[in-house]
Amino acid sequence: MDVRSQISMVFHLDKCIGCHTCSIACKNIWTDRKGTEYMWWNNVETKPGTGFPTKWEDQEKYKGGWEKKNGSINLRSTGKGRVVSNIFHHPHQPSMNDYYEPWTYKYDELFNAPEGNDQPTARPVSMVTGNPMDIEAGPNWDDDLSGSPVYAQNDPNFKNLTAEQKAQLFAIERLVFFYFPRICNHCLNPSCVASCPSGALYKRGEDGIVLIDQENCRGWRSCVAACPYKKTYYNWQTGKSEKCILCFPRIESGQAPACFHSCVGRIRYLGVLLYDADMIEDVANTPDDELVEAHRAMVLDPHDPEVIRGAQSNGLHDHVIEAAQKSPVYKFVKEWGIALPPHIEYRTLPMLFYVPPMLPVMTTMDGDAKKNMNEGLFPDFDKARVPMEFLANLFSAGNTGKLRYALKKQMAVRQYRRAVTVGDIAMEAAKKMLIEADCSIEEAEGIYNLTSLCTFDERFVIPPSNREEAIEMMKDPLEYKQSVGFGLREEPERGA
Amino acid sequence: MAENTIYFDYLNLFWFTVLPYLALFTFFLVTIQRYRGKGFTYSSLSSQFLENKMHFWALVPFHYGVLIVLAGHAFGFLFPGQLLQWNSNLLRLYVLEISGFIGGIFTLVGLINIIVRRLTDARTKMVTTGADWFVIGILVFQIGTGLFTAIFHSWGSSWFASSLAPYLWSIVKFNPAVAYVTPLPIMIKLHIIGAFVVILLFPFTRLVHALVVPNPYLWRKPQVVRWNWDRKKIRTPEFKIHK
Repeated sequence: MDVRSQISMVFHLDKCIGCHTCSIACKNIWTDRKGTEYMWWNNVETKPGTGFPTKWEDQEKYKGGWEKKNGSINLRSTGKGRVVSNIFHHPHQPSMNDYYEPWTYKYDELFNAPEGNDQPTARPVSMVTGNPMDIEAGPNWDDDLSGSPVYAQNDPNFKNLTAEQKAQLFAIERLVFFYFPRICNHCLNPSCVASCPSGALYKRGEDGIVLIDQENCRGWRSCVAACPYKKTYYNWQTGKSEKCILCFPRIESGQAPACFHSCVGRIRYLGVLLYDADMIEDVANTPDDELVEAHRAMVLDPHDPEVIRGAQSNGLHDHVIEAAQKSPVYKFVKEWGIALPPHIEYRTLPMLFYVPPMLPVMTTMDGDAKKNMNEGLFPDFDKARVPMEFLANLFSAGNTGKLRYALKKQMAVRQYRRAVTVGDIAMEAAKKMLIEADCSIEEAEGIYNLTSLCTFDERFVIPPSNREEAIEMMKDPLEYKQSVGFGLREEPERGA
Repeated sequence: MAENTIYFDYLNLFWFTVLPYLALFTFFLVTIQRYRGKGFTYSSLSSQFLENKMHFWALVPFHYGVLIVLAGHAFGFLFPGQLLQWNSNLLRLYVLEISGFIGGIFTLVGLINIIVRRLTDARTKMVTTGADWFVIGILVFQIGTGLFTAIFHSWGSSWFASSLAPYLWSIVKFNPAVAYVTPLPIMIKLHIIGAFVVILLFPFTRLVHALVVPNPYLWRKPQVVRWNWDRKKIRTPEFKIHK
């Protein structure tokens, strides 16, 4: 057992209001430089929809992630042989057209336009070339199902849905959508790291954050092609690739990452998971329908004395173990089993989990009366407006069982809380639902608390980074007294 | 007449002795200095992201062409004897010459496409610098003189091995023998001079990316984990500070 610590995340999709505040917080801190304007380390997509970059989930097009073949897993298009033979031109590399050309407006023309009969306008100009341009795409171009016949229709998660299901989904007045905020998943088996020819990408041992060493990156862009979530980006100005850094300077000083901190809907949770690094290879090689369970099995119980011993002997600080015991992510993922990994079939073992949304599944009309339940206690999930298969394609590699479990439990908690606070449902029935949903009263209260009443400190349990020990081991803390703090840093300027 | 000869000797001395040493000295000094001091600037500076279609027809023929041509030159330099032996059979000579020539044509086609691409694509133009144009210019010059030589001074693989390889080795051994090159036709001389100019300017341009071609990659494990400190040592009391 090789116990390691991973800063992991849960996004509660039922709470996401699609305001894009997270994206803006990230953009203003990290990607407002030249060459990065088009990058959105954090973005929010509407589902169904094609996302950013367009159709990123379509691995027939982008060939990212791992592929299980003949009993072992291989990178789909960025294995060693392919990277060498494609080094001058990678055929599955996304180009700016797959994202969008960033633009601004000539605002000064509003003020400086000569007097005339027409209203002055601010023309859009490209932030790359400076030329006037027609805007044809943007980072959330199909937001709220805009242009759904063009965009949402092409959602790759429709692959095994029947024509009837699709038609129903897009029927007038039955349209339904939810938001899908995305950042780097800081995977346990990252394909970006595995594909980097320069070895510039790495996972930080202490907390599992995946980073790109800017000094070592040579701009081969294998990581961009390899990441199936398209969460590494190429900076066309510096000639280096960049990605979400999970705001590690903030995490190291005990603050939540900017996108987490600014989240209006409070959908984001962050905490430590302890996992067994010896299992990575085997778990990544599990058959599709067992992947979710196998992935969950890697996460270790931080209260188990054996795990604690393993963690201590592996050099994990007691603070980290303590944080793991309080981790909200552990509760959602392991204890309650209601948070699921996105597209686990890419086999990168993502460490960002999603609580699937409770879409307007339940209500059906029975004559004039709204009918909330079918014959049993639970609504008929299979008659949901968004087909189960669609959600299962997103969150459980097509395994509807895992998804049903998560939705059922959430539903039962809702009904139970309704019985407690409103009282129009019999407590007996609510309790029966809880039992059927594999949920105790304590658990239901726990889910309710962490979903609805959670405070800042409950949502973000950030372990201290204990850098003071590290620095003391390598350097005398007084070494820099009376001298200039950090020494000289090189400017990130583009090479000739 | 005599004065003229001396004048030419000085010229030859400059182009074929001073320039090579200047070029090699600069090459080693600046590439290393740049790597250590400005490592961030070492990048392929790819523009495939900005323009993805012409890129294929420009970059692929160019790079493979250059690799073929450079491999030919390197082989002639390192194994002149074996090369001459190989060429003793006429058929084998033809095969070698033609493949080298095809490599040159590939490079030329690629270069032309590179120029067209950089002139016509608005986005790519934005990341094209003066240094880039200089590199493209000198490479066009090299390919032009090289292809001219291949056509009009044929069987270059043989005379390269017998007269240029010894000259290059004389440079390497710090005992320059200019006499090997003085009788050569002007195009070949220009080609040699061009080559040293490329070496001279190499460290100042984007060409340095050729030096950071990934190699340990092929042997490393797929996943890379970096620890900021030795996590096991640090938690044992005897390693704590004030020891």
